[in-house]
Amino acid sequence: MKAFLLAKREWKSAVDSPVAYVLLALLPAVSAAFFFVMGPFFDRGVATLRDFFGLLPWLFVMVIPAITMRAWAEERRSGTEELLMTYPMRLRDLVLGKFLGAWGLLAASLFFTAGIPLTVASLGDLDWGPVVGGYLGAMLMGAAAISFGLFLSASTRNQVVAWLISAVGLMTWNMLDFAATAEATPPALGRWLLAADFDEHFFAFARGVVDFRDVVFYLSVTVFFLCLNGLTFEHRRAS
Amino acid sequence: MMSRESVVSASALVKTFGDVRALRGVGFEVGTGEVVGFLGPNGAGKSTAIRILAGFLGADSGTAKICGIDVALDPVSAKQHLGYLPESNPLYTEMRVQDFLQFAAGARGLSGGVARAAIDQAVERTGLASVWGRLIGECSKGFRQRVGLAQALLHEPDLLILDEPTNGLDPLQVVEIRELVRELGREKTVLLTSHVLSEVEALAGRVVLLHQGEKVADGSLAELTTQAGVMPVQVSAICDGASLAAACTEAGAETIRELPNHADGASSWLCEWSVSSIGAAQTQAHAVRALTDAGLTLIEFSPQNATLESLFRTLSRPSSVEVSS
Ligand SMILES: Nc1ncnc2c1ncn2[C@@H]1O[C@H](COP(=O)(O)OP(=O)(O)OP(=O)(O)O)[C@@H](O)[C@H]1O
Ligand SMILES: [Mg+2]
Repeated sequence: MKAFLLAKREWKSAVDSPVAYVLLALLPAVSAAFFFVMGPFFDRGVATLRDFFGLLPWLFVMVIPAITMRAWAEERRSGTEELLMTYPMRLRDLVLGKFLGAWGLLAASLFFTAGIPLTVASLGDLDWGPVVGGYLGAMLMGAAAISFGLFLSASTRNQVVAWLISAVGLMTWNMLDFAATAEATPPALGRWLLAADFDEHFFAFARGVVDFRDVVFYLSVTVFFLCLNGLTFEHRRAS
Repeated sequence: MMSRESVVSASALVKTFGDVRALRGVGFEVGTGEVVGFLGPNGAGKSTAIRILAGFLGADSGTAKICGIDVALDPVSAKQHLGYLPESNPLYTEMRVQDFLQFAAGARGLSGGVARAAIDQAVERTGLASVWGRLIGECSKGFRQRVGLAQALLHEPDLLILDEPTNGLDPLQVVEIRELVRELGREKTVLLTSHVLSEVEALAGRVVLLHQGEKVADGSLAELTTQAGVMPVQVSAICDGASLAAACTEAGAETIRELPNHADGASSWLCEWSVSSIGAAQTQAHAVRALTDAGLTLIEFSPQNATLESLFRTLSRPSSVEVSS
């Protein structure tokens, strides 16, 4: 599988790069800080991860664009894109490979947040259903956010621009529910906006409910942007 | 060339970037085992043509085939036959040489023992053993060039395309890399670009001359020299530079350029005679006679291949010249 080959290359590069470690540490560190120090966890006296998962979509807004910004932009800037595109690999494998590379990094990053549920479980009686659901949802939501970020990274050669547009894009997408519930919004439009909202599909997972529609939502967003990513290259090759 | 099977076959390639017409209908062939030099000044379209062949760019029109496979229609199979060193040799500087070559081997579909053997051989050939575990970004430019070459020849490709393989290297490394390319050329089909005539002269059997997106000539350097209708000759005589120059001009030389002085009391000039009407041998005879009649003690009169400048001056006129070999 050539896609895995490329994903492995991404991971290998990450192991040799200090930036990747910072990135991997960012999610666990910030979420732990918010959750235990600034969050209301200890006031509530209930063993639940609701606040952690509530925070996650907003952490993703910062962290995922940071994971994806380099992916294609750096290949373009350094010219290694020309090597990659002239190896006998299908475009599909290239895009999938980059995706798996970034998704793997996200998985590693999420893995290091496991200290949070473990701590909570040691303090009280933790219901593991929502925890498992929450992590599953986080991976799915992460997949969608990553393919969005990868697409934007493919469209620019400047990493900072890629980060900025992805972050602002995700943030806006997360806030569609505010627009949906605003008074000026007609109810029909409001329902659409709510259905299109990015993190709205995540919260059922965090309650331990795996809704088929939420899974389909994240999967379709993922596939959509991966295809768009491929089309970007097709288009650039020809122009 | 007719009898040989074409490894590269490009025809009527057209490529525009906005309003820059990088290629205006370029076609050429490279037969099995040939070493062909793509020659042209900056912006001639060499890299563009090569990028189309390598499948990195799509042509506006025209076809590019590697081993008979159309690059646009079946890129993956076509690329399987290709080893490519892009211009300015982009590499993953944050990777180790070893990891990068393993990745390159995998990308070419090699795995396990086959990949290991291929990597070992490429490392041996390009002399990379001493930097095997080093980060590519920490290697010297010469070694990075070797890494670029190693990734290109790992899979024993039918065709090697090298875009300016010696660009930006110091003179010593230029010699070393040239030697390496020369060795590769003994057993492989190679298409290389350069804007240094002497490099192409040293490495390639045939030259394709590009100028402003058009092919202006195609043939061996000797043939092009003949076609160009100029005969550069190094003339040396025992006398001072000024009187030799005067004698050469008197003998019909069109351009003259002084060469660094070598022996005591002698001076040398590189002169160009036009040979269009009476042929090279007659021109030489006339010139030698004229110089001796002028009372010079000639110690050298050796015809050279044309310089890049004179080739362009004479060949890059609208009607293109084709020399079949
Ligand atoms: N991606 C691009 N976008 C816009 N213009 C381009 C692009 N690539 C090449 N060009 C233009 O096309 C022309 C041909 O460029 P090309 O790189 O093929 O020349 P070259 O013969 O390789 O020159 P050099 O010796 O400098 O490498 C130039 O005018 C160049 O500016
Ligand atoms: Mg070039």
